[in-house]
Amino acid sequence: MRAAEAQYVKLTPKTFPKGPDSLASGHRACQGCGEVLALRLMMKALGTDFIAVSATGCMEVCTAPFPQSAWRVPWIHVAFENAAAVASGVESALHALRRKKRAPEKRIPVVAFAGDGGTADIGIQALSGALERQHEDFIYVCLDNEAYMNTGIQRSSETPFGANTTTSPSGTKSKGQNTWKKNMAAIAAAHGIPYVATGSPAYHLDLMNKIRRAAAVHGPAYLHVYAPCPTGWRMKPELSVESAKLVVTTRIFPIYEVLDGEYVLNRKIDNPTPIEDYLKIQGRFKHLKPEDIDYIRGRVNQEYERIERLAAAFPVSAGA
Amino acid sequence: MAKLVGMEVSVAVAEAARLCDTDVVAAYPITPQTHIVEHLSELVANGHLDAEYIPVESEQSAMSSCIGAAAAGARTFTATSSQGLALMNEMVFIAPVLRLPIVLAIANRALSAPINIWNDHSDIMTIRDSGWISLFAENGQEALDMTILSFRIGEDPRVSLPVTMNIDGFTLSHFIEPIDMPEIEAVRKFLPPWKPLVQLDIGAPISIGLLGTPESYTEARKATDNVLVASKPVVVESFEAFKAQFGREYKVVETYKAEGAETLLLTMGSISETAMTAIDEMREAGESVGLVRIRLWRPFPSEELLKVLLPAKNVAVIDRHIMMGTPDGPVAVEVKSLLYDAPNRPNVSNFVLGLGGRDVTRDDFKYITKRAKEFKGSPSARYELVGVWE
Repeated sequence: MRAAEAQYVKLTPKTFPKGPDSLASGHRACQGCGEVLALRLMMKALGTDFIAVSATGCMEVCTAPFPQSAWRVPWIHVAFENAAAVASGVESALHALRRKKRAPEKRIPVVAFAGDGGTADIGIQALSGALERQHEDFIYVCLDNEAYMNTGIQRSSETPFGANTTTSPSGTKSKGQNTWKKNMAAIAAAHGIPYVATGSPAYHLDLMNKIRRAAAVHGPAYLHVYAPCPTGWRMKPELSVESAKLVVTTRIFPIYEVLDGEYVLNRKIDNPTPIEDYLKIQGRFKHLKPEDIDYIRGRVNQEYERIERLAAAFPVSAGA
Repeated sequence: MAKLVGMEVSVAVAEAARLCDTDVVAAYPITPQTHIVEHLSELVANGHLDAEYIPVESEQSAMSSCIGAAAAGARTFTATSSQGLALMNEMVFIAPVLRLPIVLAIANRALSAPINIWNDHSDIMTIRDSGWISLFAENGQEALDMTILSFRIGEDPRVSLPVTMNIDGFTLSHFIEPIDMPEIEAVRKFLPPWKPLVQLDIGAPISIGLLGTPESYTEARKATDNVLVASKPVVVESFEAFKAQFGREYKVVETYKAEGAETLLLTMGSISETAMTAIDEMREAGESVGLVRIRLWRPFPSEELLKVLLPAKNVAVIDRHIMMGTPDGPVAVEVKSLLYDAPNRPNVSNFVLGLGGRDVTRDDFKYITKRAKEFKGSPSARYELVGVWE
């Protein structure tokens, strides 16, 4: 079945799910954590009938210190690099048990949550394997806070150009991170899976409907979700949602879908907010010089326009 | 009726996983394990085994997928060797603490470097302390039987631990042997469907794999050790149930002409058959020598070993692995530690041989017997390499 044909009920402000969250309050995430906000929104959108797999990382550590757990859905954590492989095992087990009449007939999505390091660096092999194998009820969510925050703000391949981290420090001979952010959505899409999307918690209904679509799709889905980290980004906690909005309106993090290989740009940004508005609220960029910002602006526009052109090539697809 | 068939031992191991109605296989090919997983994928492809076969992209993912599948309540099997086991290592240490009865067949092969595809026990020794139950098979029949037993023991609610079933790479895995193939109904009777203690279930959500802070980590590790140690009577009981059902008798420590023997050779795995032939020849020549073979490597069968080793004058422990930087091999370390407090303990000498597939011959065992008799323990004594170039 094509992703574009997957049937799901879209959430609207009027149908926003009520009742307790499947991620309980009382977890130990930092004040203003945008990652746990994104996670909670997606779990709200999914309800309770799914199985969660977490990679080691902030979300695992802050939600599950024995003997407490914030997870009101079945949840397993094994290690750092293997969330996709663990989820593959869970998903395959459910298929086998259903076929052998030892599990209910109902489809149960298996959702792996991992950070950017657990996805784009140490976990990319396991993820690629899982996507290539086309597991039917498999969703992988990368919660991207753009560095190894759990271990103390070390750079990952998702750390943006110019960002100061503890292993990409700015200095007399360095501008901070000297490479461009790895494009995981494109890498996921290259596996020929039915559904890939990017999302931001500032656009909460868009994000929630994307994971609902991911759950309806038969075949692997990959969501790359922007996850503001006030602690790691040296940003005021109250600016988390603001940064999650600015990253989209500046064109730095376009939100789009790839449905059966066809691109849909969900928020077209014709008059972008100046990127300085995004960069200046985060201490990790404070060392950047005007020429560095010019370079970033140029590359951001180039990347955004590439997505825009891809979306223009597939005008008929319907986005979330 | 069970029937005797000529079959490659690897194929027999895969057939055992079929007889056990395995639900999920997640495996990555590595020599000399390949024939096990090839045959399993054939069984699935032809509908002889109703399982999900996950062709993972690495051994790390193989064990990860097995953990996920077992946590979801599926009977789960995988197989590996050497470098594959090394790559799995991180996950191997997690499975026992999560109490997941995965069965892992290991076609034992030497670890790199230098790269070598042939047999020794260096791979299994890397997971010695991980919390898995560990069984060794000597021949094809044992490989099949031990695989069935691995599921039965691991899934016992008093145990709920993963099990490794070890066969020597090539020297056992690739041999064609006569195998008494049990009827599927008999195996299903011996091994009813697994009832997990807990599982990932949307009807009763639980969290598996929580963070163990300094306040809980020790207790979690100790709990696993307690269960592993307490699994030995279940192993013995399962061997007895197996005998009642299939007629073949197994013990956690096997012996051959050991009673009253002055010198005992102590082995694990398929070289034991060569050792027995050598013992027959030595016995004919008037030598008082016997064999002790460890079938159950973990939990370590202390009481059973003490019972058979103590009456002897000399014990020659044979290791298939060099424990770099220490005086003894891993099996000798265990045996010496076991005997330390025993009064009138035998002389324990240690020999390392058969590394990276080097042939182990009857003459090697004759040489070891001679050296064991000459051996006078001293604090500076080290293992002796047998059959090595000078």
